Amino acid sequence: MKIKSKWILIGISGVFLFFMLVLPLISVIINSLKEGIGFYFHSLASPTVKSAFGVTVLAAVIAVVVNTIFGIAAAWLITRFSFKGKQILSAVIDIPFSISPVIAGLAFLMTFGRMGWAGGLIARLNEALGTNIQIVFAVPGVVLATVFVTFPFVSREIIPVLLSIGKEEEEAAALMGADGFTIFRKITFPHIRWALLYGVILCTARALGEFGAVHALSKTRGETFTLPLEIDALYLSNSSESITSAFAVSSILVLMAVAVLIIRNIAEHQAKKNEENH
Amino acid sequence: MYIEMRNIEKSYGDFKASKEVNFGLEKGTLAALLGPSGSGKTTILRMIAGFETPDTGDIIIDGKRVNDLPAADRGIGFVFQNYALFRYMTVYENIAFGLEVKKIHKKLIKARVMELLSLTGLEGLEKRYPNQLSGGQRQRVAFARALAPSPGLLLLDEPFAAIDAKVRQELRSWLKEMIHKVGITSIFVTHDQDEAVEVADEIIVTNQGRIEQIANPFEIYKNPATPFVAEFIGQSARMDGYHKLKGFEKGDFTGAIIRPEFVEAFKSDNLKFQDVMRCSEEGIIEDISFRGNYLEVRLNVNGVSLTTRRSLERRPVSVGEKMHVIVYRIYAYDDKKAYLLENSLLNGANIVTF
Repeated sequence: MKIKSKWILIGISGVFLFFMLVLPLISVIINSLKEGIGFYFHSLASPTVKSAFGVTVLAAVIAVVVNTIFGIAAAWLITRFSFKGKQILSAVIDIPFSISPVIAGLAFLMTFGRMGWAGGLIARLNEALGTNIQIVFAVPGVVLATVFVTFPFVSREIIPVLLSIGKEEEEAAALMGADGFTIFRKITFPHIRWALLYGVILCTARALGEFGAVHALSKTRGETFTLPLEIDALYLSNSSESITSAFAVSSILVLMAVAVLIIRNIAEHQAKKNEENH
Repeated sequence: MYIEMRNIEKSYGDFKASKEVNFGLEKGTLAALLGPSGSGKTTILRMIAGFETPDTGDIIIDGKRVNDLPAADRGIGFVFQNYALFRYMTVYENIAFGLEVKKIHKKLIKARVMELLSLTGLEGLEKRYPNQLSGGQRQRVAFARALAPSPGLLLLDEPFAAIDAKVRQELRSWLKEMIHKVGITSIFVTHDQDEAVEVADEIIVTNQGRIEQIANPFEIYKNPATPFVAEFIGQSARMDGYHKLKGFEKGDFTGAIIRPEFVEAFKSDNLKFQDVMRCSEEGIIEDISFRGNYLEVRLNVNGVSLTTRRSLERRPVSVGEKMHVIVYRIYAYDDKKAYLLENSLLNGANIVTF
């Protein structure tokens, strides 16, 4: 390819990326500091923001832990066993990718709300245990919705790796008498280490940024709002101060995204090195 | 018998992978399961290992019926086609794996691993990872790993398939020597006849899920029991017009097979063959091919195409040249069996034969 064409293409991509990605992110940071640094930190310290931060982190952590465990289990099942309905399971895992998050949120609402079939079950559970567990319009619902939308990430990253390494190493270990956990720990895990980390990172990033699904299930600002919902609320309040606060809170998410990007690049680099050496 | 398979049947859906499989091997035998792709040899190996379960029949190892025993409890060492070495473990850890699973004491493991490293000529390589080894070295690690827990039966699935031709030669003789040294009963699967003939004490020929013949390599070559074995082994060619050749009658056979070593072509002034000149017939050379260490010569004899090998040490020949041809023997067959037919004219003659 001629040198000139190469640089023209690089130039076009660069300009596109600059306007579509870099510029908006820089403007978030700039706008967040419009009222000064003091105001910046003050808006981050507000009670609603602190609550939103807590809810977001809680939802993200639970989503990552739950989806890592079930993601590994699902990936293992799909790549190592044949059974009727395998294709269906594979397709079902991908559902969160194909439906709009708002639909997902509404689906949870319909299921766990007062009129949903699971709603009745939960009411009876509450009566039996003397508790007052609420799903919709409460933190558990927010967490559930986050788990739902981030479900495919871990398994989708691991499945290609499991398929490409084949069953032979594991068969050889099983033949020598190793049990399932030993096989997973000593043989399978080293292969999927980096893909797993990558999946966890994607899962985290998505969990932090989820809006549509949690919006349907969350009504109380200062209690059940996540950071994206809080940003939305601040922005809609319409005063110039609150808009600046919105940008300030957004900047946290931007910085988290940048951190995720950096970790991701390190993980990818290590994965490549790992693959070359083994 | 150390290992026996009795009346084994195995189907995958509609496909019959194993039909009436019956055989037994004495302790210490090195046997080859030889057959074309899809003939059921790997299925048999996997059933013995415990990776597959037969539909009916018994698998007996050392007097015990093992059908219901999991693979790990059968006392078997397995060498996979692509070695299946643990890529994230060193050579030492690979070989030690089976022993660690059995919770053997570290010192004993070390002694055993060192013993195997020395046996397989891998000393000094313990700390390397599989991707830092050559194909031949990897195969030896796979072998050492399989032997570490001292199994009673060693199974190898096409052990040389992934290796270059030159290294393959060395490894074949190495493997044969190693297995005889260790004295372990072994079965290996191969589709390469030369390999089976060179390495095995006994060959089990498979075809379409059935066992065609079980015998030592010499027997298989000299006395193939069925039409399939006669045709599969050696460079065999079918011929319909065998009765057109001097010294052979039609009989009740449905066809015949001939091998290059059964055909001799010589020039009219060749002193060595003067005694049999009267039994020979005339052939015209149709084609000559150079094969590296011999010439392959195809002649037309009475309308029948015969192929023979000619040493490069003999006088040169050319296409169209007339030569004297004599056929020592052929394998004639009916539906079930193959029969060795000697050239009736050569009875009592002093001829070079094997």
